[in-house]
Amino acid sequence: MSKSAILSSSIAKKWWMSLTGLFLCLFLVGHLLGNLQIIFFSGDEGQRVFNEYAYFMTHNPLIKLLSYLTYFSILFHAVDGIILTFQNKRARPIKYAYSKPQKNSSTPSRYMAILGSAILIFIIMHMSNFWGVMHFDKNMPLHTKNLVRPDSSYQKLYLTTNGTFLPVEQVEINNKTELIDKELNLKIGEGYKDLHSLTVSFFGHNKTNKGFPPNKYAYLAVILYVFSMAVLSFHLWHGFNSAFQTLGISHEKYNSALSLFGKIFSVLVPLAFASIPITIFLTK
Amino acid sequence: MKLKLKVWRQKNRKEKGKLETYSLDNVSEHMSFLEMMDVLNEQLINDGVEPVAFDHDCREGICGMCSMYINGQPHGPDRGVTTCQLHMRKFNDGDTIYIEPFRAKGFPIVKDLVVDRGAFDRIQRAGGFISVNTSGNTQDANLTPVPKKDADKAFDAATCIGCGACVASCKNASAMLFVSAKVSQYSLLPQGKVEAKRRVLNMVEQMDKEGFGNCTNTGACHVECPKEISLENIARMNREFLKASITSEK
Amino acid sequence: MTALDSKIPEGPIKEKWTNHKNKINVVNPANKRLIDVIVVGTGLAGASASASLAEMGYNVKAFCFQDTPRRAHSIAAQGGINAAKNYQNDGDSVYRLFYDTVKGGDYRAREANVYRLAEVSANIIDQCVAQGVPFARDYGGLLDNRSFGGVLVSRTFYAKGQTGQQLLLGAYSAMNRQIGKGKIQMYSRHEMLELVKINGKARGIIARNLITGELERHSAHAVVIASGGYGNVFFLSTNAMGSNVTAAWRIHKKGAFFANPCYTQIHPTCIPRSGDYQSKLTLMSESLRNDGRIWVPKNKEDVIDIREGKKKPTDLSEEERDYYLERRYPAFGNLVPRDVASRAAKERCDAGFGVNETGEAVYLDFASAIFRYGKEKATINNEREASKERIIELGEEVIKAKYGNLFQMYWKITDENPYKTPMMIYPAVHYTMGGVWVDYNLMTTIPGCYAAGEANFSDHGANRLGASALMQGLADGYFVLPYTIGDYLADDIRTGKIPVETKEFEEAEAGVKARLEGFVNKKGTKSVDHFHRRLGKVMWNKVGMARNEKGLKEAIKEIQQIREEFHKEVMVPGGAYEFNPELEKAARVEDFIELGELFAKDALHRTESCGGHFREESQTPEGEALRDDVNFSFTSAWEWKGVNSAPVLHKEILSFKDIELKQRSYK
Repeated sequence: MSKSAILSSSIAKKWWMSLTGLFLCLFLVGHLLGNLQIIFFSGDEGQRVFNEYAYFMTHNPLIKLLSYLTYFSILFHAVDGIILTFQNKRARPIKYAYSKPQKNSSTPSRYMAILGSAILIFIIMHMSNFWGVMHFDKNMPLHTKNLVRPDSSYQKLYLTTNGTFLPVEQVEINNKTELIDKELNLKIGEGYKDLHSLTVSFFGHNKTNKGFPPNKYAYLAVILYVFSMAVLSFHLWHGFNSAFQTLGISHEKYNSALSLFGKIFSVLVPLAFASIPITIFLTK
Repeated sequence: MKLKLKVWRQKNRKEKGKLETYSLDNVSEHMSFLEMMDVLNEQLINDGVEPVAFDHDCREGICGMCSMYINGQPHGPDRGVTTCQLHMRKFNDGDTIYIEPFRAKGFPIVKDLVVDRGAFDRIQRAGGFISVNTSGNTQDANLTPVPKKDADKAFDAATCIGCGACVASCKNASAMLFVSAKVSQYSLLPQGKVEAKRRVLNMVEQMDKEGFGNCTNTGACHVECPKEISLENIARMNREFLKASITSEK
Repeated sequence: MTALDSKIPEGPIKEKWTNHKNKINVVNPANKRLIDVIVVGTGLAGASASASLAEMGYNVKAFCFQDTPRRAHSIAAQGGINAAKNYQNDGDSVYRLFYDTVKGGDYRAREANVYRLAEVSANIIDQCVAQGVPFARDYGGLLDNRSFGGVLVSRTFYAKGQTGQQLLLGAYSAMNRQIGKGKIQMYSRHEMLELVKINGKARGIIARNLITGELERHSAHAVVIASGGYGNVFFLSTNAMGSNVTAAWRIHKKGAFFANPCYTQIHPTCIPRSGDYQSKLTLMSESLRNDGRIWVPKNKEDVIDIREGKKKPTDLSEEERDYYLERRYPAFGNLVPRDVASRAAKERCDAGFGVNETGEAVYLDFASAIFRYGKEKATINNEREASKERIIELGEEVIKAKYGNLFQMYWKITDENPYKTPMMIYPAVHYTMGGVWVDYNLMTTIPGCYAAGEANFSDHGANRLGASALMQGLADGYFVLPYTIGDYLADDIRTGKIPVETKEFEEAEAGVKARLEGFVNKKGTKSVDHFHRRLGKVMWNKVGMARNEKGLKEAIKEIQQIREEFHKEVMVPGGAYEFNPELEKAARVEDFIELGELFAKDALHRTESCGGHFREESQTPEGEALRDDVNFSFTSAWEWKGVNSAPVLHKEILSFKDIELKQRSYK
């Protein structure tokens, strides 16, 4: 009984929704703190910090584990959500001819599946725009820095993971990030993928000098991003507190504080996320 | 007042139903909704039309038998009342009123507005009790003190009348509020703690079997509940279920 | 006219029940498995009996007409349940409860039964607490009590204003446990329409499946009728719409005597009638009389101004109000028994002091209680300087905690805020003390046929005290019937399953079939409710709170006329073999009409006043009920002789050995 209860009962399905959902909330916080570096650090320093961060996020084994957990959570949250939605539809085969649900429940609470689906589409697009390009685009440029010589000519340098710079013309790139000395044919370091410039160019900054074409539709990207964050906000508005209710974490002494925290969280986090592309777009 | 009624008519479980329109004059605002239905039926009988079948019994809001979905809400627009306590003063002259049965897979239609809520009984049978036989030698009632707060909360949960408005109002037709009210009542009282694990596991299992939807915490059930049963009960049941399913031997 | 044997055990009253239990036959556990018992009705008595019998090992078949056993009308009982626990240290005892009940019943109850009731009352509370019934508790975690009409101690256990609900759900849960185990087969939405007798013994019933309309035969070694009271004979009552006399009346027509039909309780605190469309009356718990004060204006001018809306009740000063219960009954005040309070309200309204448009309402005022509680609360909160408004606010909170659901109910129904303006109340039919005659074992005059709870007549005499109905229902079901039924069933251990393919079952089913088809084929012109309303009017006007010879004779004629018209003119739409609520009503109303006639005949025969039965010819100079112990110290048990034949009266002489007969006084 209890074995099947954990796996298949209606309540257990909801726990998994809550647990994955709350984990994704944690992920959001982490993701947000990382992303905010893009607007809090400027210039070369900003680029370096962000790309180093991106490198760390893709290479640290613990983070890797967390990222797999995140992918799993997203998938599980989505699949479980779809199963629940279909079950719920089946629970009322004949609909009411006339219904006034707005009289008894908040709008976000009734549209979680739609909001969630929109977020899933956003995640797919978001990942193909950044994560996908970064991982799979053969031409993903590496972090470069323009060194201005005293004669005002430029020299393009690659930043390596051991903190040194290598002139571009001296190296060849192997396996996406390995910097190979052309003459010695020897690996002399590892470059950073330039996620920073990818992001900045995506939301409107011209980064042609870094190897990124200008994005004609940057305004659209910003609008869609902001819209998606609004959707996320609605999803969290109900989802955050709902998760605690489902896990049975409810106590009259703390409920109102928790509820307030949930509301603040659900507004603040998406708002902060949305501020990033807007800032990039505006500070051209 | 004059009213236009759109009433769901369905001969029996198998046949298809549809909304029929009736008009009714001379409705007093002091009538209860069911008295208005009585007037409609009296009129239909006189016109040679079969009267509308609807469930009702005590007509004072406690038996839980009346069960209409009125203008998009179970038990109609008023709060904290059953259909029998809903009065026509909540409506205006010339209104069109939609009257439908409670709809859920777990509540098949019997006829017109009458539904079969036997699923609730079956859930209760699965564990909604304390296993104590009738005995002239039960321990004295005051031997085990119960904190007033717990007793009051148990009572609040126990005021559920089993009408099914929670299921009817829920967009998922979930029965969680009903089931959690019973689970809560017993889990709050020392007498009920002995069987707490078995009870919550069995009742939830039966609830799932009956084809009710899942709780997505919209809170509609609590708002529409004529006894205003608290959502805290659902949280408590979730907690009890978690505890039980992890630690139960079975 | 023959004397009835009530089978009261020998010995002193305190030992009767114990001795009886020790001496009666018991069925051994293995044999209980071979015995079937039918229980009709799933209220407090039926549910508790079903559960207890099943726990003991009998195979129980339980029937109710509602969609689930939990909806039986016991659920609507509000105030509480009495038990001689003496938790409040106010000198309560089994004897005092026994004494209060006999006195409250105006000395028309059977002493031995009442004593037994008082004896097992304490067990009921223990049993219910063990079942998880959430009674009200105080801060120490112990059970709280309140006081009810007609007694001078606090012995009423309660769960806010929903005690009946909580007790019924307790019994229902006990039933559910047995249904889950397969020991009870539950037939909901089934109505018993006939008793089947084989060789003089009750051996089964014919029940109609209300969903499909099919008639079903069910056999058993004994049949228990726990189908409640017949207050709906008045059409308007506080009973549920479905509450009916049919099961009781069917066994009556098969040979069970019907006792004291005229003993009806008119409850003093109900919401007054508002119009002709009204389908039922709503009770406000008697517990309200703990804190509410009942009054009407002293001056007729004020009455007229109030009726015309020129004055509000709150405009009247203390001097302009007549707190007539406190005036007439200084010792008990607003807590006099129900019959006394009801008649006093009627007396004032008949004298022209009724405060609503119909002239049938008096005030129940909480203003002084709100102020008193508010002051107490302010002292507790250390708010010594609290303003009057603040005190009232605090007081309203206290009242809300005590009676919140009742106040809300009143507010919803009348659209008036009872915290701010006094409630309007008027008496309404509530409970029937009369019912199927049973002996000490709760067996009717048909062997193997039992009656329990409100359906029987046994414990309340001519008037029931508040919070005693729940006590009696559960006492019968949990603690009396399960023992006494064994005495009869001990002879049935070798009988084996009763077959239903017999002549007796066939005949009974054919009779029911003919009756139901008769209704649907009648094709008259008037709805069932039309006749029910008419019957109710006659009953209320002439067989209601006050009765006299002339009125009763007229009533009998009028009821007979209604019966004849009903048989010619009733229209039942739909068919017999489908879900057909109108058909259900038709069968019930036919039984009510027949009962109404017997009711009026019983009231006519009993020329004394006692308890709920008030004959205008028999009253004290102050207008109180005057008993005639010399001529009427007996229970009237009526035997059915056919629709057009006069019923035959059998008397059970009541002898009072442990209580001295006195004129009741609550002054």
